[in-house]
Amino acid sequence: MSNVPSELRYTKSHEWVARNEDGSFTVGITDHAQHLLGDLVFVEVPDVGTDFSAGDDCAVVESVKAASDVYCPLDGEVTEANETLADTPEIINNDAFGDGWIFKLQAKDAGAFDDLMDADTYAEMIAED
Amino acid sequence: MLIFERSKANRTNKAQQPRQTGSLADIPANFLRKQRPLLPEVSEMQTVRHYTRLSQKNFSIDTHFYPLGSCTMKYNPRGCNTLAMLPGFVQRHPTSPANMSQGFLACMHDLQDILKDVTGMKAVSLAPMAGAQGEFAGVAMIRAYHDARGDSARTEILVPDAAHGTNPATATMCNFKVREIPTNKEGDVDIEALKAAVGPHTAGIMLTNPSTLGVFERKIKDIAGIIHDAGGLLYYDGANLNAILGKVKPGDMGFDVIHMNLHKTFSTPHGGGGPGAGPVGVSARLEPFLPVPLVIQRDNEFQVLTEKSRPQTIGPMSAFLGNAGILMRAYIYARLLGREGMERVAEYATLNANYMMVKLRRAGFDLAFPNRRATHEFIVTLKKQARELDVNAMDFAKRLLDYGFHAPTTYFPLLVPECLLIEPTETEAMETLDGFIEAMARIKHEAETDADLVKGAPYTQPVRRLDDVKAAKELDLTWSAA
Repeated sequence: MSNVPSELRYTKSHEWVARNEDGSFTVGITDHAQHLLGDLVFVEVPDVGTDFSAGDDCAVVESVKAASDVYCPLDGEVTEANETLADTPEIINNDAFGDGWIFKLQAKDAGAFDDLMDADTYAEMIAED
Repeated sequence: MLIFERSKANRTNKAQQPRQTGSLADIPANFLRKQRPLLPEVSEMQTVRHYTRLSQKNFSIDTHFYPLGSCTMKYNPRGCNTLAMLPGFVQRHPTSPANMSQGFLACMHDLQDILKDVTGMKAVSLAPMAGAQGEFAGVAMIRAYHDARGDSARTEILVPDAAHGTNPATATMCNFKVREIPTNKEGDVDIEALKAAVGPHTAGIMLTNPSTLGVFERKIKDIAGIIHDAGGLLYYDGANLNAILGKVKPGDMGFDVIHMNLHKTFSTPHGGGGPGAGPVGVSARLEPFLPVPLVIQRDNEFQVLTEKSRPQTIGPMSAFLGNAGILMRAYIYARLLGREGMERVAEYATLNANYMMVKLRRAGFDLAFPNRRATHEFIVTLKKQARELDVNAMDFAKRLLDYGFHAPTTYFPLLVPECLLIEPTETEAMETLDGFIEAMARIKHEAETDADLVKGAPYTQPVRRLDDVKAAKELDLTWSAA
């Protein structure tokens, strides 16, 4: 089964969020999501400086099976995007929770992080899938 | 192998060379080529063999059962071809004046009436050249309608998550914001979520009925009421029209606009991207906005209406009156069927799908919606096989090729994991359906006893598993001399 790191938070739409030491957040798609999508062939990352509300579609991941939107998990501004994904989208297949991160954001309300799903709840949700 | 790779320098074929060349005097010198074009240098026989061989590698509706869900790959009657290719139709120039195109225009006028009748709409335009263009025309009319009323607050189109992927793309192309409406566990639109989403910002909803989940929308009257009460319009994606043809009319369900894929439901040859025909039908309030040209009958003569006499039209969709050859084939198909025949299309399309669905369930396959009746198609999910045997939907699809069947649609709709979307159409014999069911049962047995056999398929085709990642990432369709 897919792994679900306990230190991360999750969304219903299969994004993971990490709280960084500098107060920013890193966002990617889960290992379970990459497994469902299959081999990725294209990733569109958000522009740095863009403001998103939680639930906005902010990136696109496309595999040989499907194109899928990535939704912003928190209100905030994009501070960094993983540009290496443009040439090597397969990093997400190989390391979804590490080198396959998609973007970093400065959240308007850092406290909203705690309202996201914890690892146990997410693991339970995908077990039903 | 490409035909260029069979080429040998200076091999010529006198019989195929032009006897004479026209005068080039009126072509400016800078447009004349100075070098010979790079063409394959092959004999006539090599050319014939090359293309015959390529055609033999095709999986096509003329050679194999093709249950590709959502695509309606039904048989294309040869009679339609024969009649559409009568010299009077084929040699008619698209710029011929109407008084010299009366026969053709009479057919198109009749086709407009037939499509109006079968969909229950007030008026029809044949202009859109494909399904996507029909969708675009439909949503552009919704925009034109709200604009004409000065209702500029309507910025949002609702699209259920079970819709065709083209729907959100169309709404975006027409400058609307897309809001997704979830589907409940039984495959119906979530009515409470729909109620929560509508408002003064709602321009309309794009609905596929039956939906891509292979079920009929049961709350269609309620949905129409909710949208109309909010001031929005209902768009019917006619992709799955085959399931209801001649039985139920979208106009009666309350829809304001529909596009039809004549290349699917009205049996014209398609696949590989065309050619298509995507006429649109509309309710009375959208009639002024229909794309032109339109064919009318006045004083015993057929005439073509353009922007001049249709000031509110969204405009033409192409230079001429749609895809003339495809429209002719669809017209002849409709006339061959007649009113009763059209009903039998829907009856047999749904009967065949339900027959296969029940037989496959008895053979041990899991259905995506076991409590629902099939429409003209249905969904098998191989989630259990993928989890327990590590044999997935793609493996089953590839193995089916070895048994002589085109694979059903795989991994669509996205809502159902490891799915096969199976659409037999009304034109297959029961023996063919049984043959497919038997092949599925055998592959299931293979997966349980020798998984690697299925995972390595296909074995009998010109190519084995293709590298689809490489194809997507390094698309290269041009040939260049070494």
